[in-house]
Amino acid sequence: MIDLSLLPDGGMAWLEASGPGSHLVVSTRVRLARNLDRHRFITRTDPMEREAILTEVERAADSTAGLGRAVKFRLDRLDLVDRQLLHERHLVSRELAAPETGGRVRPGAGLLVQDRASVMVNEEDHLRLQALRSGFALEATWGHVSTLDTELGQRLAFAFHSEFGYLTSCPTNVGTGLRASVLVHLPGLVLTKEINKILQGLTQVGLTFRGLYGEGSEVVGNLFQLSNQTTLGKTERELLDHLGKLVRQVMEYEERARQILLRDATAILEDKVWRAFGLLRYARTLSFEETMNLLSGVRLGVGLGLIPSVGMYTLNKLLVFTQPAHLAAAQGRVLADEEVPVRRAAYVRQVLEAEVGRRGPSAESPPTQG
Amino acid sequence: MKCNACGERDGVVSLTQIVEGDVRTVSLCAKCAAEKGIETGIGLADTPLGGFLAALGESADPDAPLATALEAGCPACGATLRDFRDTGRVGCAECYQAFDAPLRELLRRLHGSTHHTGMRYHGTEAAPAVGAPDGGTRELREQLRRAIEAEHFELAAELRDRLRDHE
Repeated sequence: MIDLSLLPDGGMAWLEASGPGSHLVVSTRVRLARNLDRHRFITRTDPMEREAILTEVERAADSTAGLGRAVKFRLDRLDLVDRQLLHERHLVSRELAAPETGGRVRPGAGLLVQDRASVMVNEEDHLRLQALRSGFALEATWGHVSTLDTELGQRLAFAFHSEFGYLTSCPTNVGTGLRASVLVHLPGLVLTKEINKILQGLTQVGLTFRGLYGEGSEVVGNLFQLSNQTTLGKTERELLDHLGKLVRQVMEYEERARQILLRDATAILEDKVWRAFGLLRYARTLSFEETMNLLSGVRLGVGLGLIPSVGMYTLNKLLVFTQPAHLAAAQGRVLADEEVPVRRAAYVRQVLEAEVGRRGPSAESPPTQG
Repeated sequence: MKCNACGERDGVVSLTQIVEGDVRTVSLCAKCAAEKGIETGIGLADTPLGGFLAALGESADPDAPLATALEAGCPACGATLRDFRDTGRVGCAECYQAFDAPLRELLRRLHGSTHHTGMRYHGTEAAPAVGAPDGGTRELREQLRRAIEAEHFELAAELRDRLRDHE
């Protein structure tokens, strides 16, 4: 298995729950799609050309501040479980990692990671630069990826069209090549059944929503990834401001929905969050989807101050560490399918027990009403 | 992603459902979606990219101009519009010149614009971009010529105004 200790924070600083609005927003991600001018795009490249692209990018990155100390991975030389691990940490896309059994990795597929930024090489585009931060932090995340873009652009000739802007393999990314997304937890809007109206409204004003793992992934655990739909015709600043404004609005709606639930359905809400906590504390098998949904309940309880004994950081870590490759990594071996739910439940119990122990046993009791 | 209902065909509709407070997104193929009485308004065929790609293949007559256009290759990478229709991906940067008219139309449908207003690329330290590609009169004239040729009169009017300001 790969040694992720090479990454100072395991590439997971985005789980810290230290950023602004962390009680509602897990993370903020900004990515830029770039292609090299002198090479064909991915669907027309052969392994030799992709090898040349990877070498060029690595060489250029070596002399940058943003990636000069980067840890480098060759996806095409990693085992399935290691690729899954990187995918579960949001460091590589599904397309690049091919994390499903029997999935074929594109020869020349690479990843460079340093601090909160990374570059996927030979993904749908030659370069996918991304920065990922904890909480609602569009400005800082954009600043990080933009600096990296400038540094790499001074060393690599990017494909740029005077009218269309940055050229990409799929026309949906042409122009700025920018996709900013905010992973936000919206159980209040789901429970009050407002969510469909909100999501529909967002799609009408140029935003799109996806699940925890981006394009094609399902919405689980009431976690929605909100991002800009278009990339051309607006400046990067306009795209970010528009997304930021709408995410703030959605956060306000979510806060309001939570207060309504707390006011009008206190007993039901308390029961829901404590049941979720109880199941996670004592269940003997847990599917991934059930875990995500129960974590959503506990997260809601923590956000409302109903469950004082669990930190957001712990809940964020559970989002990632309860996934199959992470469970396998913890055991140091590949797990049989039927073993995964058992290991998952054991891991969750162990983490929550430690958390409750750390915060003191009295913290586990719900606040009593007079 | 395969359809969650039949598990056979590719899903074309993503359906987000709320079941007892839990949000679930399922993928359905057009047939299963229709059977469940779900409008396929958000299906691939109705997205600008999906609709556009499908329209590229509508002409069954091999002598029709569209079919001929589908086989014309990009001089730089050899990719054809048919390849684009099949993969949804262009072959190289030059393809955007080679297939200027259809791609311009697609960009307009996808983004509501064809004009990049964001950060401009200034070239590498070793080979900086020459002149001002966006504001240069020659470049604007060339864009205007292409816009008129492609009968994109809205863009042509915008370019004409910018050219006037420039001069």
